[in-house]
Parts: sequence; structure tokens; C-alpha cells
Amino acid sequence: MKCSHTWFDENVARTLADESLRAVIGQTSQSKIESRVVATAKVPNFEQLRDLATQIKQHTIEHLDHYLERFIEQVRANGGIVHFAATAADANACIARIAQDNGLKLAVKVKAMTTEETGLNAALAAAGVQVFETDLGEFIVQLDNDRPSHIVTPIIHKNRQTIARAMQRELGVPYTEDPETLTRYAREHLRDVFRRCDLGISGVNFGVAETGTICICTNEGNGRLSTTRPRVHVALMGIEKVIPRLVDLSVFLKVLSRSNTGQPITVYTSLMNGPRRESDPDGPEQLHVVLLDNGRRAIQQGRYREILHCIRCGACLNACPVYRHIGGHAYDSVYPGPIGKVLTPLLNDPKHYADLPQASSLCGFCRDVCPVRIDIPDLLVRLRRDQADGKAVPWLRRLAFRALFWALSTPRLMRWSQRVLRWGTVVGAKGDWNSRLPGPAAQLTRHRDTPRPAAKTFRDLWQSERDRGDQTDQ
Amino acid sequence: MGKSVALFVTCLTDTFAPRVGVAVVRVLRHFGCDVRFPEGQTCCGQPAYNNGFHREAAAQGRRMIDAFDFADYEHVVTPSGSCAAMVKHHLPELLADDAEYAERSWRLAERTYEFGTFLADVLHVDFTQIPAGTSRPVTYHYSCHLRGIQTIEGASAQVSRLAGIDYRPLAQIEQCCGFGGAFGAVFPGISNAMSQDKVTAIAATGAEVAVVNEAGCSFTIEGTARRRSVSVQFKHLAELLAEGLGLMDDQP
Repeated sequence: MKCSHTWFDENVARTLADESLRAVIGQTSQSKIESRVVATAKVPNFEQLRDLATQIKQHTIEHLDHYLERFIEQVRANGGIVHFAATAADANACIARIAQDNGLKLAVKVKAMTTEETGLNAALAAAGVQVFETDLGEFIVQLDNDRPSHIVTPIIHKNRQTIARAMQRELGVPYTEDPETLTRYAREHLRDVFRRCDLGISGVNFGVAETGTICICTNEGNGRLSTTRPRVHVALMGIEKVIPRLVDLSVFLKVLSRSNTGQPITVYTSLMNGPRRESDPDGPEQLHVVLLDNGRRAIQQGRYREILHCIRCGACLNACPVYRHIGGHAYDSVYPGPIGKVLTPLLNDPKHYADLPQASSLCGFCRDVCPVRIDIPDLLVRLRRDQADGKAVPWLRRLAFRALFWALSTPRLMRWSQRVLRWGTVVGAKGDWNSRLPGPAAQLTRHRDTPRPAAKTFRDLWQSERDRGDQTDQ
Repeated sequence: MGKSVALFVTCLTDTFAPRVGVAVVRVLRHFGCDVRFPEGQTCCGQPAYNNGFHREAAAQGRRMIDAFDFADYEHVVTPSGSCAAMVKHHLPELLADDAEYAERSWRLAERTYEFGTFLADVLHVDFTQIPAGTSRPVTYHYSCHLRGIQTIEGASAQVSRLAGIDYRPLAQIEQCCGFGGAFGAVFPGISNAMSQDKVTAIAATGAEVAVVNEAGCSFTIEGTARRRSVSVQFKHLAELLAEGLGLMDDQP
């Protein structure tokens, strides 16, 4: 039923052929989903916390301008500098300028999806700033010239051997598959970078409007080091990351890591209020907050506003059966998985990503695990509707649907279609099943047998069923 | 006189699994219901809705309402969770601005039940009193579109609590079987990978009977199992109950 072979089909075929990769992604995803069940069961009011988190997000995104204004005021009052970036290119240019103005040459970076979205590393490199990823996963991605394949666990697709080879090749260390030794290699290498760096770059998990506080959640301590050690800290924050009050933060911190890794809270939760004050023992001299729009404002004003509630926990990726089989790279997007199927076509060219909203069975497991209850299947259906309304559905598929809707429009046509279909599938049939359909329908029986319409449909059987019932009644 | 029920058999069950429709009728009659079959019914509009053809889905929805909206029965019962979800959740939303049909869509939504939930919530059937009807081990597949209608625990209990059943719980029960309507035809590779996992999980339970309450899931999983020569029999809950109660002519 596919009219042309797309880049997405090619990516999918590549991962589907890689059994070991699928096994790794499947096992890791399943174990995280199971950890989530255990972790959330320990919180007696977890479902109410999800409700509350949903309501807070809904309220904030509805009144985004109001809370952004307050957030900006408070960041400034705390001594921070606020910038606005309408596009990815604006954000990169802005951060490059901050580096140039301050003579900054060596940056350490905390894992941040916004910086992946804007392609910041390449832009800074072009501006003469060397960037080091400090999250272990992202460090390995950078070392191996790879791309992250999950928004929380970026190297879910890599095994020990590929990591060991990358470290041996790039750092000149002896080959080992021992995770502790590999981590030590990374730590030793980064320790020196931390000593020399002058720019720290992070994203923002939550920006508190009431206090101007920036909250970042990490598991390795690199976040705190990267934002206190360098002279200048730049935080690239999606405008949807603002939340109203400091007490609201407690709600999100309770649901964020429980939803993904099953941890009660991330190991390091850093709250930052502006640059270093005279009384502070450490901290950056300057704090810059770059507010990134890059399509978010348009989403906020449209029918997909709900997607801005996302707190990037990654639970939907872990749950998704499609993600488990095709892996993060197949989506060719910074945001893979269910959240990416919605966000990617909205933030980019929807034509190029037309397959993403279609590549879902709408099973709804993502909605079940989402801490802010985003109805992802509903949003996918809306995207499909936009495609159908905008004539973006391939003609052959459109024709097939037209035929189906017509066949189902009256009982008489339906009955007739059932007969046609029964006789149309007679070649290669074994009783009520067919394992080798001919011609273009062969695709339907490539992987599995397909059923044929029954010789007698229920409508045919109803007459005698009805009479039987009448007899029973008497 | 018991409850009066209109059967919404659904296009897939009518076409591919008529025995399920018969089993539904007989089980409902067994529990005292007066069952009708409105002859004007075809499709609820779910394929059109899921694929974004909402004008067509609304047209199907209106025909659905015309076929069912009369006064001489109390409830509509369907053997499909996804069709029940379509009628209960999406039709009212599609027809919200339709002066003639908006209110009627709500009335239909309110009175429509998926078969298992109707037994549990309206007829208050005690499943522990129904014999399993088979001594062979049985597992249960949870269909995704029951989400929002019935919990995994509630749905599987309707099988696991039958009298004398040898019940084998299914691992990763929340994972989709790979059907997904047009999805399976447009992305056969992904769909197949999902179906393979499901068949492997079912085979691992050692069950010889798998209860699947959704025609689409049922023929997707069974078709995959057949190709792999995994010999498991697939049944709808209605068939399992009807056999346990001795209501079928072709009792196994």
C-alpha cells in the first residue's frame, strides 16, 4: 500500500535487519518500563501527581507569555542576561557571539535536547569554540562521531564493544570492555577539560517564573561542574520549559525520573539563581539564558499545543513497540519515538516527515506512561487528518481508502464486497486462510497468512440465530 | 424480561469471524437478554477516523446512528473494544457541531458497551461461576484499544477467574500485536516484527488457547502463528464463555 520507497522505509529496513540492535533496544526499554511500574507503585498518589503535573503544564502553556515575562524579569533581577532566539540559527549565532565577546574558546556541555535541535556543536566549532560533551553517553556519541538515538539514554543503540573501540581509537587507551574502567577513562579525559574550560553550556529542564530559577536534572554530576566551573554559563531553554512556582517544581521532579529510569529522583538536581554572588564560593561570572522559539510559538497557538507539555522524560520511547523495533536513528530526528512523531513534523518540513505520523498502530501505550498525560495517538490522528485534508496522502492509498469507505457504506455493498473478496482470495487459499495472495496483494501475505471472508458471514447466520432465539423465548 | 440489546457485530467480525457474533448472541441470551440485530449496520467509521479522513468518518458515523438509534432496546453491545471506543469517544467529538446528530451521538455513546464490560458492569456476571470449558492452558491478549474502556487487570480477570481454568499470564501484555489497521499494510516490516514478538510471547506461556477480543488483533496474531506453525487456537471471550456454558453447536 506504499506508493514509493522513502528514506524512512530505508532506515526502518536497516534496523529491522539488525537483530542484535533490536534485542538490545527491546531489553533496555522493557527493563525501564518495568522499573517505572515498581517506582510509581511506591508513590501512593502517583496518578494524582500526574493529574497535577498535567494541569500545571496546561495552565502554563495557555498563559505562556505571562509566565515567560515573569521568568525573564526574575532572571534579570537575579543578575542573569536574557536573549531571544526565534530560530535555531539565531540561537547558535547568539551563543557564538557570547563566546566571541568574552574570548571563550573551550566549552563543556551538559546534555541538552535544545542544543541537539539547533546543532549547536557544529555552529560553535565553526566559530572557533571547541565543545566537549560531558554526559558520559553524549561524550561517547561525540567521540564516535555518532548521533544520540534516545532523548534520555543517547547510546541505547551502542554495545560495550563499540564503546571500547571508540575510546581506544580516540583517546589512545588500552581496549577494555569493563564499564567501570571505560567510565574512568572518560572521567580522566574530561577532568583536564574541566580544568581548562571557560564556557559552560546547558539546557533547562524547568525554568521557574516566580524566582527565575533554572533547574537541570542529571545523573552524573557533570551538570553542576559544567555550570559552576567555567567563567560563563549559557543555558539554552525552550520557551515551553517555564513553570509558574517553585512548589510546582516538586511535582515535576517526582514524576520525571520515575517515569523513565524508575529512579525516585535524578542523582543531581541543580537549582541555579543567577551568576556567582560575592558571598558564593564558586559559580560563573555571567549567566546567559537564551530563550528558544524555533517553531514553539506557532505550535502554542495551534491545535497541537498539548505537545508542549512534554517534559522530555523519555517514557514514551521506552513504551513504544515501533521504537523498540526501528530504534531512534530511523526517525532521522533529534526527537525520536512517539513524542518525535508529533514534534518532528511540527518543527520541520511536514512533507519530509510525512511517514512519521503514519508509522504507528495507535496502541496508546505512550499515553499510558506519559507523566503529563499527552494524548499522543490523538495528536497523530490530527496530523493524519492534516495530511488527508491537504492532499498529502499518496494517491494509491487514498484510492484504497475510497474503495473501502464505499464498500462499507451500505449493507448491500458490504455484502457484495465480502463475496468479491472471498472469491478474489481463492487462488492460493487453504479454507478460510490464504498464505500466498497474487499480484500487488502479495505484500499482505509476505509475513503472515491472511484470513478470507467466511463462506457465511454473521449476517447470513443471523436469520437462524434469530429464529432460535424466538423458540427459546417461547 | 431481561435487558434488550442491539448487537453491533462490526464489519471485521461479520466478515471474518461470524462464529464470534453467534457466540455473543448466545451468551447474552443465556444471561437473559433479548438480542436484536439492526440490519442497517455496516461500519462505525473507525478506519476513516484513524487515518485522518474525518469527513468520511462523520458520514459513516451518521449512518451508524441511523442504524441503531431507535427506541426499542436499552443497550448496544459489540465484540470489539476499538469499535466501542470509536462509538463512545470519537463519534461524539466528530459530530459535536452537527445540529441533527450531536445529541444522538451522545445517546448512542452512552448505551454502547464492549462485550466483556457489558457482562461485568451491566449484567454483573460472576465469571468465577462460568466453567472454563477447556482443560487446555489458556492465555489472554490485551487489545490496545481497550485502553480507556477496561484495565489490563479487569480484562484479563474475565478469563483468569473462570471456574477450573488453567490460566497462563502473557509477558509484556501491554505491547501491541502489530495490527493497527492500515499501519500493517503500509509498514509491513514493523508490523511483522511486533507480531513475531507477540507470537513468541504467547508460545512461551505454553498456552494452547489464546483469548483475543478483537478481530483485527486475532487474525494478525493467528496469521503470524500459522506462518510459523505455532499451534495455538484463537478464541474471542464470547466463544470461550459460550463453549463453557455449552451453547455452541460445534462444541470442541
